[in-house]
Amino acid sequence: MGSPHRYIPNTEADVEAMLEAVGARQIDDLFADIPPEFRLDRPLAMPAALTEAELMSELGRLASKCADADEYASYLGAGIYDHYIPSVVDHLISRSEFYTAYTPYQAEVSQGTLQAIFEYQTTISELTGMEVSNASMYDAGTGVAEAAIMACASTRRSKVLVSRAVNPRYRQVLQTYAAPRGIDVMEIDFCKRRGTTSASQVTADLAADAACLIVQSPNYFGIVEEMEQLGAAIHAGGGLFVAVVNPISLGVLAPPGSYGADIAVGEGQPMGIPMSFGGPLLGFFATTSKLMRKMPGRLVGQTVDSSGRRGFVLTLQAREQHIRRESATSNICSNEALCALASTIYMSLMGPTGLRKVAETCLYRSHYLRDRMESIAGFTIPLSGPFFNEFVVRSSVCADDMNEELLAAGIIGGKSVECEYPELSGCTLWAVTERRTREQLDTLIRELEVLA
Amino acid sequence: MKGPQPLIFELSSPGRTAVSLPAPEVPTPDLGSLLPAQALRHDPPGLPEVSEVDVVRHFVNLSQLNHAVDTGFYPLGSCTMKYNPKVNEDAARMPGFARIHPDQDEATVQGAMGLLYSMDKYLSELCGMSRFTFQPVAGAHGEITGLFVIRAYHESRGEHRTKVLVPDSAHGTNPASAAGAGMEIVVVKSDERGNVDVDDLRSKVGPDTAALMLTNPNTLGLFEENVREIAALVHGCGALLYYDGANANAIMGKSRPGDMGFDVVHLNVHKTLSTPHGGGGPGAGPVGVKSFLEPFLPAPLVKLDDATGMYVWDYDRPQSIGRVHSFNGNFGVVVKAWAYIRSMGPDGLRTASEHAVLAANYVMRKLQPYYDLPYDRACKHECVLAGTRQKREHGVRTLDIAKRLLDFGFHAPTIYFPLIVDEAMMIEPTETESRETLDRFIDAMIKIAKEAEEHPEVLHDAPHHTPVGRLDETAAARKPILRYTKES
Repeated sequence: MGSPHRYIPNTEADVEAMLEAVGARQIDDLFADIPPEFRLDRPLAMPAALTEAELMSELGRLASKCADADEYASYLGAGIYDHYIPSVVDHLISRSEFYTAYTPYQAEVSQGTLQAIFEYQTTISELTGMEVSNASMYDAGTGVAEAAIMACASTRRSKVLVSRAVNPRYRQVLQTYAAPRGIDVMEIDFCKRRGTTSASQVTADLAADAACLIVQSPNYFGIVEEMEQLGAAIHAGGGLFVAVVNPISLGVLAPPGSYGADIAVGEGQPMGIPMSFGGPLLGFFATTSKLMRKMPGRLVGQTVDSSGRRGFVLTLQAREQHIRRESATSNICSNEALCALASTIYMSLMGPTGLRKVAETCLYRSHYLRDRMESIAGFTIPLSGPFFNEFVVRSSVCADDMNEELLAAGIIGGKSVECEYPELSGCTLWAVTERRTREQLDTLIRELEVLA
Repeated sequence: MKGPQPLIFELSSPGRTAVSLPAPEVPTPDLGSLLPAQALRHDPPGLPEVSEVDVVRHFVNLSQLNHAVDTGFYPLGSCTMKYNPKVNEDAARMPGFARIHPDQDEATVQGAMGLLYSMDKYLSELCGMSRFTFQPVAGAHGEITGLFVIRAYHESRGEHRTKVLVPDSAHGTNPASAAGAGMEIVVVKSDERGNVDVDDLRSKVGPDTAALMLTNPNTLGLFEENVREIAALVHGCGALLYYDGANANAIMGKSRPGDMGFDVVHLNVHKTLSTPHGGGGPGAGPVGVKSFLEPFLPAPLVKLDDATGMYVWDYDRPQSIGRVHSFNGNFGVVVKAWAYIRSMGPDGLRTASEHAVLAANYVMRKLQPYYDLPYDRACKHECVLAGTRQKREHGVRTLDIAKRLLDFGFHAPTIYFPLIVDEAMMIEPTETESRETLDRFIDAMIKIAKEAEEHPEVLHDAPHHTPVGRLDETAAARKPILRYTKES
C-alpha cells in the first residue's frame, strides 16, 4: 500500500476493515489469480508524484514553450479556426454536473445532458437545413468517412467520389476507413484557374455506380463551390450528395438542405471550441428523415414520463453497437458530447443575427486582406473563385522564410499548401476570423511589404 | 428537485441578443458583389434570440437535472466513474495548450509536442508496450485503429486474414470495430469460471484468424486466468492479441498487457486516467503497440531529433495505416491524463488499482447474501451481480432495481451487460469512493432487495424522486421526434 493520496480516500484503517469483510489478509490476495509471471514485481519506471503546486509549475513551463493565439495574431485555418469564444461558454461547460456525467444511460437522472443534446440536434438541423442531426461524431474527418460508409450501405454501391478540393486530412481519414471495407475512393480534380470543383467532371459514367459525391464548401482553399450543380450531377446517377460545410459560413451561405444534400457533415470547432492543438473537436452529422435509420452515432428523442410530462431519451438504439454489435451502422460509442454542448451554448448566444454578423465580419475582413495582399509586389491570387474567410496566395518569397520573419513580428502566417498540392507551388492559405482586427491586418500588410 | 425545463428555443423573443461583436472596420460591399446569388442564404437559421442571462440560467438549470460524479456515487460498470481532478481542467485550459493551432511551426509548439512525447513514454511503461499514437479520441476509435494496424501488419506479410475472435462477454464495440475494419467476427464462448473457454478458442483459431480481442480483466470483472495459454494459442497460428483497455483500472502497476503477450492495446483515458466523460465525450483512446507494429501506426508521430534536441513530426512512415483523425487526436484530454499520471506517480497509480479492486470485492461480498452472484471468485475492479432471484421470486426486473436506486441518490450500475449474465448488474465503485459511501450504497441495495420482497410495486413504479418519472422509450422510438419545431 502506498502513502495517502488526495484522490484516494480510504485510510489504512478502512482498508483493514474492508479486507476483513472480504475475507482477505492483504490486498495482494485479491490479485492472486494473476499468474505470477505476469505480476509486475517492481515499481513502474515513472517520475514520482508531484504536489499540485509542482504540477502546475511543470505544466506552466511546458505551456510557456508554445506560441499561443493570445500572444500572436494567427492566420492559420485549414479546418481549425481562431474565433472568439464568449466567456459564458466555458463557464457553462465547466458546470461539473455536465462534464462529470457519463453518457445518459439512466434518462431520469440525465435530463440535463439529454435535453442539451436535443437542443444541439435542433441547432445543427437549423444551421444545415437538414431534417435530423445525430448527437456528434469525433471530428469532420471521421464524419466524412462515416458519411461515405453510410452512403455505401444505403445505395449498396462501393465507389465514393470525393473532390480533391476537400481538406486533404479529411480525405486521408476517409482513405484509412474506406480501404479495409473495400470502398473505392476516386478523386475528382478541381479547376486550376478558379479553385472550384466542376460538375462537368462528375460524368454520367462516373456517377452511374457511385455511392456518393463528397464536396466541401467553402472548400479547402476557402472557395465556395457550385453545390446545386454538383448535387444534381451525382443525383442523376442515383448516388447521394455529401456536403462538408463550415458552420460559421452558414450565417451567410446557403445551407446544405437548400441545395439537396443528402448528408451534411463538418467541423464544429468554430462554434465555441478552443483550437487545443487540434482536439477535442466536434464532428457534426445531419441527414434527411428518409436516411435517419441508417445514421451512425447516438440520437436523442423526445418522449413523455409516467405522468405525461415531456422528457428526453436515447432513441433508435437498434442502429448502435451495444445492441446490434457487428451489424451496427458504426462502432462509435463515446462521442464529443461536451463539445456539442459548447456549440449549442455558442449558437444560443449568437442567435441568427450574431451568427450573421460573425460570418459577415470574417467575409469582409478576409476580402480586405486578400485585396491588400494582392496589391503587394510579388504576391498574386492564383485561384479566382468566390471565397468566404480563407484564400490562397502565391508569393515569390519562400513561405518558411516569410513565416519566420512574421513570427518575429508577433504574427503566425498562412499555411503552406504546396506539399498537399504540388501544382500550388509557392502558395499559402490564409484564414481571417472576426478576431483579426483592422489594425492587425494592416500590421501584417506592412510586414509583408517589407519582405516583398 | 427541479422538474422539466423549457427548451432554449421556447425562450426566444425576437430582437434579444447575448453577444457583443466587433464592427467590420473594413469596407462592407453588398454581399452579392462578393458571392454568387445562388450561394447566399435566404432564410436565417431558427436559432434562439435570448439574452446572456437567459442562456446562463437555462443551462445551469439543465445541469441541475443531471446526476454526475461531482453530485454523487456513480457505480456504472465498465465506465470507471472515478473522481475527475479539478486541477487537470485548469491544465488543459492554459493558453499554451488550449490556444495553439495544429499547423503551427514545430518550433512554436515544443511544449505541447514534448508533453505528447513524454506521455508516450509513460503509457508505454504502464502497459508494457513500445509506442503510442494519440490520434484515436475514444475507446472504439482506438479499437478500429488497432485493427487497421493488425490488418496492415498481416498484409505486409502477404497474408489475408479475415477473422477476428471476440469473446461472448465482450463490449459491443469490439465486434462493431472489427466489422468496421472489414473483418468477419467469430464469437468465442466463456467457461463456467467466467474465463475464455480455451477449448472453444482452440477450435476456432486458425490460419485465417487476424486477432483475438480481449478485455482483461474481462467484463465480468474477472482476470483471464489462462491468458498465457490464450496468447500461445493465438500467436501459435500467426494471429495477434488485442487488449481492450476499458478495464485497465484494475491492473495499473500490478500487471501489464505487454507482459501478458498482448501486441496492441488501447487505453480509455476517460476511464482509467481520470479525465471526465463530459456526458458522453470527449475522451481519448490512445493505442500502443509492440515494436514490430510501430511502422503501421497512424502518421505523424512525435519524434525527438537527437541532433537538435527538438521535437518534430515524423511523417516519413511509409507503412503507416494513414490518418484516423483530422489532426492530433484529443490533445486537450491527453493534457489532463498527463496531469493525472504526474499527480499519482508510480505508487499512486498502483494504489489506485489496489483500492479499486478492494472496493469492488467489498461491495460484492456485502451484497452476496441479497443478490445472486453468478461467478463466485475474487473480482477485480468491478463485480457482476444478477437480479435473477428478484425476478423469479418477486417479478421485479433488474431495470426496476436500477430505477429504484436513483431514488436513493445513486446512479445505477450498468445493467443487462455482459450479455452472458441474465439480469446482470455490473458494479464498479472505483478507488475514489470512501468506505462510508460504499456502505451507504450497500445499505440502499439491501433495502431495495427487501422492498422487492415486500413492496414490489414501489420498484415497478420507480423512480419516484427524480426530475422526471420513468420515461417511455418505446414511444420515443415509434415516432421519433429528434428536434424542436416551432409551432406555426
